[in-house]
Amino acid sequence: MMKPLKTITRILILLCGLAMIPANYVSVWQIQLEAPQYPEGLKMEIWSHKIAGDIDKINGLNHYIGMSLIKEENFPEFKIMPWMIWGFVLLGVLTAAVGKKFMLWIYTTVLVASGAWGMYDFWHWEYEYGHNLDPHAAIKIPGMAYQPPLFGWKELLNFLAGSFPDVGGYLIIVPAFLVVALLMFETFRKK
Amino acid sequence: MKRLSILTLTGVVTSLFFFGALSSCKPPKKDSGLSADAASKVYVAPGKKDEIYLFTSGGFSGQIGVYGLPSGRMLKQVPVFSQDAETGYGFSEETKPMLMTSHGFTPWDDSHHPQLSRTEGQDDGRWLFINANNTPRIARIDLGVFKTREIIELPNCGGNHASPFTTQNNEYVVGASRFSVPYDKDGDQEIASYKDKFKGTISFIKVDKETGRMGINFQLLVPGVDYDLSRAGKAASHGWVFFSCYNSEKAHTLLEVNASQRDKDFIMAVNWKKAEEYLSQGKGMKWPTNYAHNVYDEATHTATSTMMKEVTVLDVKDLPGVCYFIPCPKSPHGCDVDPTGEYICASGKLAAVIPVYSFSKIQKAIEAKNFDGDFDGVPVIKYEAALDGEVEKPGLGPLHTEFDNEGHGYTSFFVSSEIVKWDVKTKQVLDRVPTYYSIGHLCVPMGDNIKPFGKYVIALNKITKDRYLPTGPELTQSAQLYDITGEKMKLLLDFPTIGEPHYAQACPAEIITKHEVKFYKLADNKHKYAATNEKEAKVVREGNNVHVYMTSIRSHFTPDNIEGVKVGDNVYFHVTNLEQDWDVPHGFAVKGANNSELLILPGETSTLKWVPDRPGVFPMYCTDFCSALHQEMQGYVRVSPAGTNPALKFSTGE
Repeated sequence: MMKPLKTITRILILLCGLAMIPANYVSVWQIQLEAPQYPEGLKMEIWSHKIAGDIDKINGLNHYIGMSLIKEENFPEFKIMPWMIWGFVLLGVLTAAVGKKFMLWIYTTVLVASGAWGMYDFWHWEYEYGHNLDPHAAIKIPGMAYQPPLFGWKELLNFLAGSFPDVGGYLIIVPAFLVVALLMFETFRKK
Repeated sequence: MKRLSILTLTGVVTSLFFFGALSSCKPPKKDSGLSADAASKVYVAPGKKDEIYLFTSGGFSGQIGVYGLPSGRMLKQVPVFSQDAETGYGFSEETKPMLMTSHGFTPWDDSHHPQLSRTEGQDDGRWLFINANNTPRIARIDLGVFKTREIIELPNCGGNHASPFTTQNNEYVVGASRFSVPYDKDGDQEIASYKDKFKGTISFIKVDKETGRMGINFQLLVPGVDYDLSRAGKAASHGWVFFSCYNSEKAHTLLEVNASQRDKDFIMAVNWKKAEEYLSQGKGMKWPTNYAHNVYDEATHTATSTMMKEVTVLDVKDLPGVCYFIPCPKSPHGCDVDPTGEYICASGKLAAVIPVYSFSKIQKAIEAKNFDGDFDGVPVIKYEAALDGEVEKPGLGPLHTEFDNEGHGYTSFFVSSEIVKWDVKTKQVLDRVPTYYSIGHLCVPMGDNIKPFGKYVIALNKITKDRYLPTGPELTQSAQLYDITGEKMKLLLDFPTIGEPHYAQACPAEIITKHEVKFYKLADNKHKYAATNEKEAKVVREGNNVHVYMTSIRSHFTPDNIEGVKVGDNVYFHVTNLEQDWDVPHGFAVKGANNSELLILPGETSTLKWVPDRPGVFPMYCTDFCSALHQEMQGYVRVSPAGTNPALKFSTGE
């Protein structure tokens, strides 16, 4: 486990870590909504520290079906996520500097665990948001829930909802996958 | 380096996976339904005429738009409930009385539902009725001249929305209140007393077979909910009228939530022949009231406004057999009767199905007293007992249905922004086509007749967004034309409309053109101040009032020089257009007039009131380009200071 990493691996890990820096300054995840009346689409952006996009329009539409308002103060995640991303960056730099395989293991574990937690947290929010409806809503369709998709497209009444990583998301996901690949490369290489 | 390549490849594959997911799982966009040969189907060559007249309401413009189909070319705006400076409607002395109500001069309204007059359940092209939603009124437009000829105010009515639907021989046009209000003690009641004290009313307005003259025969006092839309029964169901009702919750605040709670509201079926029986038995109450009845006289070219003082009211809770409620999911809007008169379909704005009721089942249920209690004293027929079937999963936000001649219903869907074609007998959905965007009402030519004309369906949209060149924050309003001759509906044309094209009716052109009037005959002109030839032209002073009997003919006014007018006089220019040919109107305008121009049609007399506010010489001129010497068609009025005593002089060519 104390095996030194190859120089090329260390350089790539450093680049992966540094690549995540801009993820704090752009949108990480996006939810797109399309409807006949909204040919231009509506977009909700999730940044590491805020939500942006057409939130007011989305809230205005959602009140018909009794969904609660999307408000920034309801997301404690926004206090944690910027620090997590900075953590990924620092850990990447540290892993490259130490240059030992156990550090790469730690880094990989942290990234994968954070990713899993992130997706679960997102799904949980979507579930609550899509199921916890005001019983006095104007439009009530028996058995209908409005949970947005975790990933991909889904039809919700007259809207087509899509959920995908945004620029910031790719700036984390692609380096994270590379880190996993580097761990596999270091594990299975012959010398 | 080979390993590095593998690593890079891994990264790229990873990214591709995500980007791939982003695009590949997306359901394809709906087919726009645009017909491949749309251009040839809507092209009406220059000089050729359209096949169909379309009458759209102007919505909040208060007017009516007239279009030709299939080209979508706008032909005319008919001023109805709003003043129109372009024609002088509501500004000229003759037409001001048209806009009188019990509230005084009321120069704007919100016009919603044009309705063509009927003979044996078919459009006869004589008149067009339309409702005023805000200050409740019904107007009658004469389709020989395309002008508003009568407006009757509806007393005891809060918002005349479910109106002015006609029975199959114009026995009645109806007007039902959208807003229930209290009628006890001058109506001065707490708003929170809605549940106990607020009531709706339905006015039954008789239409004279020959003249079209309207008169309120009786009003029904009905439970306090919101009455939304209506259709009269026809053929099998002649003698009945059906109304959709929402807010059976009886909410008086935040209706968007509070009036959307119950799973079912109602369709109200009204047996008007039964109501007539009670009326003839003297069961009606005479209510003192005040409402304006404004009639334009074709001979005098002048409207008069009469204030009416009494109306007969029948309280349906004391008169069994007049009204029945039928449960209907949820906040119904459209309430439409198919061509046979047997099927009544209702469109619950928030409902997941379209219920189709059977008239014969309703009759059986009434006979068998198959009721589910009552609502404010009106029996509620059991839903299943009245129901013929439901159209399942039709779309989101059904609003309104019209029919073709082959047993199909066409229903508009606001939320899912589409038109859905379905089979009235089997209740199967046959086709759907998107609209751009958020359709409200729709119109099939003669789509509410016993024999619909069909061929097209017109979508009357609420939103245009990106369909046209932008015009600032306020965009154009729009309708769309679809071909319904094939199995699939095909989009042919988008065309802009005036105001909001709330609802429209359409019929083949020959039904309208056979009533065509080309000009008014001078010989029939009985206007009090008409000068039917130039020799009759004169200026007469009566105290502060100066009457100018003026003529206009290409290309001069008689008189065109007027002196002896003083500051503060009421000067009435009574301008008679002496032309006796088609398409030769003259305009009239005078500097400093605080109202509008006049647009005087051949043989017509119109009057502009003018109160000069300062001494000087004031030009007047013809505003409608009438001939090569139109620009020479001008004159002067000399105004002397108040308190002087100038001699009255008038002349032309001296």
